[in-house]
Amino acid sequence: MLQSAGSDLGRRRVVVTGMGMVTPLGLGTGNVWKRLVAGESGIDRIHTFDPSDLAAHVAGEVPEGPTAEGKLTISDWIPVKDQKKMDRFIHLGMIAAAEAVEDSGWKPESEEDRCATGVMIGSGIGGLQTIYEASITVYEGRAKRLSPFFIPSALTNLVSGNVSIKYGFKGPNHSAVTACATGVHAIGDAARLIMLGDADVMIAGGAEATVCKLGIAGFCSARALSTSFNDTPQKASRPWDRDRDGFVMGEGAGIVVLEEYEHAKARGAKIYGEIIGYGMSGDAHHITAPAEGHEGAFRAMNTALKSAGVTPADVGYVNAHGTSTMADDLELEAVERLFGDDAGKLAMSSTKSAIGHLLGAAGAVEAMFSMLAIRDKVVPPTLNLDNPSRESAIDRVAHEAQERDVKVALSNSFGFGGTNASIVVRGV
Amino acid sequence: MSEIADKVKKIVVEHLGVEESKVTPEASFIDDLGADSLDTVELVMAFEEAFNVEIPEDAAEKIATVKDAVDYIEAQKAA
Repeated sequence: MLQSAGSDLGRRRVVVTGMGMVTPLGLGTGNVWKRLVAGESGIDRIHTFDPSDLAAHVAGEVPEGPTAEGKLTISDWIPVKDQKKMDRFIHLGMIAAAEAVEDSGWKPESEEDRCATGVMIGSGIGGLQTIYEASITVYEGRAKRLSPFFIPSALTNLVSGNVSIKYGFKGPNHSAVTACATGVHAIGDAARLIMLGDADVMIAGGAEATVCKLGIAGFCSARALSTSFNDTPQKASRPWDRDRDGFVMGEGAGIVVLEEYEHAKARGAKIYGEIIGYGMSGDAHHITAPAEGHEGAFRAMNTALKSAGVTPADVGYVNAHGTSTMADDLELEAVERLFGDDAGKLAMSSTKSAIGHLLGAAGAVEAMFSMLAIRDKVVPPTLNLDNPSRESAIDRVAHEAQERDVKVALSNSFGFGGTNASIVVRGV
Repeated sequence: MSEIADKVKKIVVEHLGVEESKVTPEASFIDDLGADSLDTVELVMAFEEAFNVEIPEDAAEKIATVKDAVDYIEAQKAA
């Protein structure tokens, strides 16, 4: 069984050879990473609709503007006539996928290579705004006028579908849908498909675009969003801080190109790092609240480390789920319990403090941040951590990035429904 | 060109994102203008909306070219 095998025990190794990102800090992995490490925030008052009749007024939206400035001009990527066939989450996913595929340099020419290249891009919710608009059409008695593109625009797996069509990738075409754990599940599961030989290359990650009225209103009703910082948006996402009062919704996409190690080496591909461990668990506790002591998170992390064949002492950085909610301290408690005496050497930050919570894209973007932290020997900061609600031996990298020679990193994502996923990465 | 033909042309250009010069009367939506089956469903809906006509499924299936669309709509309008 893969789960109990060490990373060098004969299983196919999986590395990352391409990255693509669309986030509230802009487009382009290099651009986003640089701004993140510099301590910039992508959170602002919501622009796309008037939020004034809702409790939460802030979110992380992808900045509109010229492509050359690392901002979003959808027409530069997707022809106008095709845009209406895709919800915004598909637009963002397609753009991140284009960057990742280009970055990897992987252009399968033979039918065999195309069939060995698959796609696993998920979304937590899918085309929410599209469903909202279509509902209005039906409500107004115009059901027969519903666009024939409504369903393929809203379906969660249609980033995977559209990416495969665009590039001719004929391998496994799959999609994960596990709320806020989607991104990690997509990458972890796709890596396993490569390990098991179902594919040699997988385009994997998540995309989300739920900064729309229905999305914000829904999470407001669940009392999940920050509402006390409407006038100071950049202060709203403050993981572990005593004044935190909910998460800040973000939108975007994170896509990696995963590749079997020998395959990547044979074609001389640039390698960012290796996926060495993956762990999953279910809380079996509550639809939105984590279990006592975040024991589900503990088990996911523990399984991930075991599958990687590493111990807590090997891990230098944790990219926390850390959503800026009450659950932050439960995750902290679980990490402390797992790391024991090694907690004092650990750096753990929440990059949601800068870009908000990208739901189904969060885990993918954060796994990439973890890999870039190893590459550049720098861990990104937790913004707004002015007064931790609880002290800890773990350095939570408050306010400013830190230079750290991290060898192995762990990234956590936990979702509604009590689903937990952790992934372990290292340099190559 | 009739007013109807002009309006049909505009709708085709807008929905299929093609050059106006390519939208000749003989142009086939699928073979010449890059439409797929869902595009043609959407086009027919757009015609229905713009001209306030009903185009039943069996009639819609026979509308393959720009001229087919114009002829059908003109016949409906004349009736």
